[in-house]
Amino acid sequence: MATTPQVKAGDVATPSTGVQRRGFNLMPYLFILPHFIFFGTFLLWPFFYGIYISLFDFDFLRPEYRPFVGLRNYQNLFSRESIQFTDFWRSIRNTGAFVFWSVPPLVVIALLLAVLLNGRFRGRNFFRALYFAPYALSVTVAALLWWWIFQPSGMVNQLLGRLGLGQPQWLSEMPWAWVAITVATVWWTIGFNTVIFLAALQEIPESLYEAASIDGANPVQQFFAITIPMLRPVLVFVITITLLASANLFGQPYLMTQGGPLQQTESIMMRIYSEGILQNRMGSAAAMSVMVAAILLILTVLNFRIFGRGDQS
Amino acid sequence: MATVTATSDRVSSGPVGGGLPRKLVYYSLLTLFALFFLLPLVWMFVTAIKPFAEWVTPNWIPKNPTLQNFRDIFVDPTLPVRRWFFNSLAISILTTVLTLAVDAVAAYAYARMEFRGRNLLFGLLLATLVMPGIMFLVPNFLTVARLGWLGTYQGVIAPGLAGVFGVFFLRQFFQGIPKELEEAALIDGAGIWTTFLRVVLPLASGALATLGIITFMAAWNEFLWALLILGNEREMLTLPVGLATLQGQYNFDYGKLMAGAAVTTLPVLILYIFLQRYIVQSVAMTGLKG
Repeated sequence: MATTPQVKAGDVATPSTGVQRRGFNLMPYLFILPHFIFFGTFLLWPFFYGIYISLFDFDFLRPEYRPFVGLRNYQNLFSRESIQFTDFWRSIRNTGAFVFWSVPPLVVIALLLAVLLNGRFRGRNFFRALYFAPYALSVTVAALLWWWIFQPSGMVNQLLGRLGLGQPQWLSEMPWAWVAITVATVWWTIGFNTVIFLAALQEIPESLYEAASIDGANPVQQFFAITIPMLRPVLVFVITITLLASANLFGQPYLMTQGGPLQQTESIMMRIYSEGILQNRMGSAAAMSVMVAAILLILTVLNFRIFGRGDQS
Repeated sequence: MATVTATSDRVSSGPVGGGLPRKLVYYSLLTLFALFFLLPLVWMFVTAIKPFAEWVTPNWIPKNPTLQNFRDIFVDPTLPVRRWFFNSLAISILTTVLTLAVDAVAAYAYARMEFRGRNLLFGLLLATLVMPGIMFLVPNFLTVARLGWLGTYQGVIAPGLAGVFGVFFLRQFFQGIPKELEEAALIDGAGIWTTFLRVVLPLASGALATLGIITFMAAWNEFLWALLILGNEREMLTLPVGLATLQGQYNFDYGKLMAGAAVTTLPVLILYIFLQRYIVQSVAMTGLKG
């Protein structure tokens, strides 16, 4: 892409419709300009600016002291002596664990819910709307609500108590803190994946199932032989966005556990927020962001490679 | 089973053709999941209208329902809840209107006009889709700070206008409109701007409404960015960010916290109840394109 864009752009600019043929036309540029100003300032520029900042000792409050430090912010992330090392890798491990435990239920249960909703029965839209409803809430509300439900005296423990079961300190004991955060996340966001799967299921031609039925395939066989292969592109898409969303975990631990106990639920997003915004080490925070972005980019590509085999789109 | 209900045998066809027991199982499952999604929300509202003495009781129906929690958070002089409500409303409405305006004109150009560099620029837009959002946090914070926009509406709104989803969404729609309509208008002597305003936009009102709703809800619910930009200006907070500070202030005052959560939720919940069909459809569309 880097080598030929000029040529390609030139080809396209050759007008083929007669409407606006003569000479240079300013109009299209005026149309895209407002969006492009914001796009350039807040999506294109920060891509480079972020990498630039990561090469400096960048304290937002001390503009007069801003030495160039080369790759030291990156070296710090790999050096055991640095103050960043322990916190950074702990938050990476935490976030990795959350991705590992949250993505499978968010994808698999969503798919099962979509299959369940894909029947022709009365009230389908009603149930679909119900399942999706939590997604309409702010993360603050979702997290605070589950923080309350998981309180030592909250609904979950009252229920467990009545059943005569143990009552863990959900938000301050491991691994329960992660269980609480994962449950809150699944509750809040699974409707999104469900709706996407449902739409994709409805695109699968009925005739495929009829043919399989005639051949004697049972519903489970049909699910694996027809539904899953037909869903592959959407499946890759959903896994990717779920993975990215889980890797961006912030509000749930911020509000439910404050990263505790002992920073064991502190996500990478919280770490970057703390390093860059609360402690004003923005060069270091930018370096962390670049590292994490690189990891996520690799994961995304791998995901498409592994799950997207033979996929044209 | 496969032989009995041959026509409804596809996995996803639900209870059609099934007997009563099968239907019962089916609806029980649906209801079970519905309760999982619904009950926590109900619990929020129930807690919000419980008096102090009942907070930690497990009743689903309060013995002495009260609006005291709401009154408390609204009259507390240290909590500018009304101001937060106004901030949220202003930021969400401005974000929505500006996003629609900016995205619609850009999308129309990318959909219909021929110009030098179009594919390159559109490729750039596409490329940012795969860039993890985490990269933009620190540099955008610094950009907003340098513009002197910390603690302001524009500081929250402007970065949101950079988004490319709306441009893709509307471009897709514009490409689906038959070209003849626009060509007829152009032949009649209307300029391209007039054609866009008078012919194209009215046809796109449904798509614009859909984009508007999801933009509004996303802006209303935004947390991390609003916290970053507004966090130090108590008067300028939005409801979700204010609610987070409420947690620090009220600690374990569950009734008041849930009242705050209810206030934050009600506007979007009402919007959702009335417009759920469009909202769900727009989400479904994002998946089909991916």
